[in-house]
Amino acid sequence: MKLRGQVWKYGDNVDTDVIIPARYLNLHTAEELAPHCMEDIDPGFAEAVQPGDMIVAGENFGSGSSREHAPLAMKGAGVSCVVAHSFARIFYRNAINVGLPILESPEAVDDTERGHQLEIDLEMGRIHNLTTGDIYQADPYPPFMMKIIDAGGLVPYTRQGMRS
Amino acid sequence: MGHTTSEKILAAHAQEEEVRAGQFVEVDVDIVLSNDITAPISIREFERLGVDEVFDPERVVLVADHFAPNKDIKSAEQCLAMRRFARAQELPYHFEGGRMGIEHVLLPEQGLVLPGDIVVGADSHTCTYGALGSFATGMGSTDIAVTMATGRTWMRVPETIRIVYYGELKPWVGGKDLILYTIGLLGVGGARYQAIEFAGPAMDSLSMDGRFTMANMAIEAGAKTGLFAVDDTTLDYVDGRAARPYHVHQADEDAVYVQTLEIDVSTIEPQVAFPHLPENARPVSQSGDVRIDQVIVGSCTNGRMEDLTAAAAVLRGRQVHPDVRCIVIPGSQQVYMDALRAGLVETFLGAGAVFSTPTCGPCLGGHMGVLAGGERAVSTTNRNFRGRMGHRDSEVYLAGPAVAAASAVAGRIAGPEEVLA
Repeated sequence: MKLRGQVWKYGDNVDTDVIIPARYLNLHTAEELAPHCMEDIDPGFAEAVQPGDMIVAGENFGSGSSREHAPLAMKGAGVSCVVAHSFARIFYRNAINVGLPILESPEAVDDTERGHQLEIDLEMGRIHNLTTGDIYQADPYPPFMMKIIDAGGLVPYTRQGMRS
Repeated sequence: MGHTTSEKILAAHAQEEEVRAGQFVEVDVDIVLSNDITAPISIREFERLGVDEVFDPERVVLVADHFAPNKDIKSAEQCLAMRRFARAQELPYHFEGGRMGIEHVLLPEQGLVLPGDIVVGADSHTCTYGALGSFATGMGSTDIAVTMATGRTWMRVPETIRIVYYGELKPWVGGKDLILYTIGLLGVGGARYQAIEFAGPAMDSLSMDGRFTMANMAIEAGAKTGLFAVDDTTLDYVDGRAARPYHVHQADEDAVYVQTLEIDVSTIEPQVAFPHLPENARPVSQSGDVRIDQVIVGSCTNGRMEDLTAAAAVLRGRQVHPDVRCIVIPGSQQVYMDALRAGLVETFLGAGAVFSTPTCGPCLGGHMGVLAGGERAVSTTNRNFRGRMGHRDSEVYLAGPAVAAASAVAGRIAGPEEVLA
């Protein structure tokens, strides 16, 4: 699957409180959460983001609270992929579980600016910066994670296991 | 080559002879937890799994604590969804109303989480139970839904950082100051994907309440969990509470650590972590003149009896500064009762503080103390991220209960010795 979109760039330690502030945690669907996505780090984001756009960020993306509302809000807002130096561990699991593609590639992050166009081949883990022409190879997923991704998320993966 | 505590607990729950850091394992879980803001998604995903019943009703714990007592209609509906699920599944450990507490204060108090357990919770501060020598970690709602159905989850066995604390604590220095100092050293991502073992003579003499505070904030260094060795202090706490048998696992002398740090606690002053990261810790004496509008004493980090006792010791016979709202929140109904019996509630009310029923409320900007734009709070909670306690232009300064109480009196960030002088 190839994804294509415009980049929204942020720094290190983007926490789940700024991705979806707790005042909205009385909501729990992607559609309800989407209008508040990134509200406390970038108040204009939710209104301006286009389907397919990508978030590119530094170290420890998704740190803090375990709220799955964070990847849900991003999915609801149309974010197609997050590329970061590294991810906080609970966010990493949550993104895989809900089917939000995430990739680790410090080189791609460092060379990418807000507004650049990226094309990402998820199977290959290849990130093509269409604005600069550069191509990067993301770190591969652990084999165990690939099984969950291939199944389409943790719920379908678990259903497969329960059937067999 | 020996094993860390985490490796031993995970091996025992994976029915393996031994496991090593880096390995992926599937483990049996002893307790699975969710709360009123994360359970609605867990319940939705549980239903999507097509399973009728939870794996064991005695092992699934639900607590209405974040936006409870219900702060608005949407929150009431989330608590209702959780209540209906608890009734349909006949869960004996569904806590709300006058029987609730903040989950990470309540579960140990009720003897529901025990040494050697694996505990997973849809709350990042689930790592608190590492204070009891359990392997406890936070996950998202979907992971929790699957564990509620199967009693199992997958884990990557973490590397472990061992931190050895030695020396005598200075007056007014407690678990919160030590953990803020430690996060300042490690950074908010410094223990990412790893476990921390808190060790050394200064940990041996730390109370259970202090240990809960430290383990609670392991996640703020990015850690998967933070564990203490089980000793007489642990066993004294667990005795008379444990609702079932448990098995103690201790690290081997020759366990392999990814890093060992030594910290001389005798050099550590009471700490304050400045906005907007818990790693921005500095001694209270180097805080400068920071005027404040609100003080929170409470939360899963510092809502226990020792915390309220320290705050009361500073507030006794003094008055909260006229520009400050000081809100004290016990972590559970038991802590509330103990505080009442010890005369602490009278001290807080006499000082002009608010004394609330247990709730997570203000810690995450939910209710019971939300900040306006430009306002500043000193808080004994665990996160000072942008917008954490309310408006995105508000600020949270993290501290222990003694500094929080002293700041409430001074109207600015202040250490207890300054106020008591």
